[in-house]
Amino acid sequence: MKSGSAPDFPRFKPGDVVRVRKAYPLGHIRTPFYIRGHSGVIERICGTFGNPEELAQQRSGEPKQPLYRVRFQQKDVWPGYKGNPGDVLEVEIFQHWLE
Amino acid sequence: MKEESGNYQPYSYFQLMEVSLRELLVEKGIVTDAQVAEEVEAMRKRTPAVGAGVVAKAWTDPGFKARLLADGTLGCIELGIEVAALKLVVVENTPDVHNVVVCTLCSCYPRMLLGIPPEWYKSRNYRSRTVREPREVLSEFGLQLNEQMKIRVHDSTADMRYLVLPMRPAETDGWSEERLASIVTRDCMIGVAVPKSH
Repeated sequence: MKSGSAPDFPRFKPGDVVRVRKAYPLGHIRTPFYIRGHSGVIERICGTFGNPEELAQQRSGEPKQPLYRVRFQQKDVWPGYKGNPGDVLEVEIFQHWLE
Repeated sequence: MKEESGNYQPYSYFQLMEVSLRELLVEKGIVTDAQVAEEVEAMRKRTPAVGAGVVAKAWTDPGFKARLLADGTLGCIELGIEVAALKLVVVENTPDVHNVVVCTLCSCYPRMLLGIPPEWYKSRNYRSRTVREPREVLSEFGLQLNEQMKIRVHDSTADMRYLVLPMRPAETDGWSEERLASIVTRDCMIGVAVPKSH
């Protein structure tokens, strides 16, 4: 995926509802399969970091990507989830994977 | 493989790969044997005792605890812990919420605070099931949480590293920081156990 057009400043803020892109590009991806296509809420902004998909190809990692911790409700992620309905899952997701 | 003392054991695939790569790097002058030995030594020196010291400090100093929860990295620097590239997020257990840490993609782990990760942390079993059925996984560690307790799973997928700040057991009033640290195990800081006062 080409990330050259992605801005390196945060587009989202804590509390925003976001959806993880449902995409399946090849290569070194730090967005787990199981969370793609799911919606969650921004828990915090972690800072900006070199894009791991670029770094894995021995490129510069620029432009850097804001990294977020996104909170998902377990019952939304797993069909038939057993446990407390208030259980949550928090995953670090780079901005170019969020919409 | 049968382990009998005195018997010759051939290298496993990965051992052989490690030795070959290391010898090549030394041969090409990229690293020296001494540097490799130094790094291995430094890795062995990092133990869960470092993390336990951070937890004990947070239990006894509310101001420090607030700063640690706001920025885990700055909290560690304040204690003089060499954190280098570690971007630390400290997550606090409360009477309502229990935290547990996993890395589903590989085995990201706060090595500066906890040392080398245990084998099970890197297993496919732990990595794939903790995000999906945390309560069952925790019960297999002997940690039975009541149904009212909410579980918050942290998937350590990118640049952050996580440390669970467990709840201080009730019967530990008046304990010194050192004694408190002695009950904070590695598993408590990953979130698959809770500290016990006896």
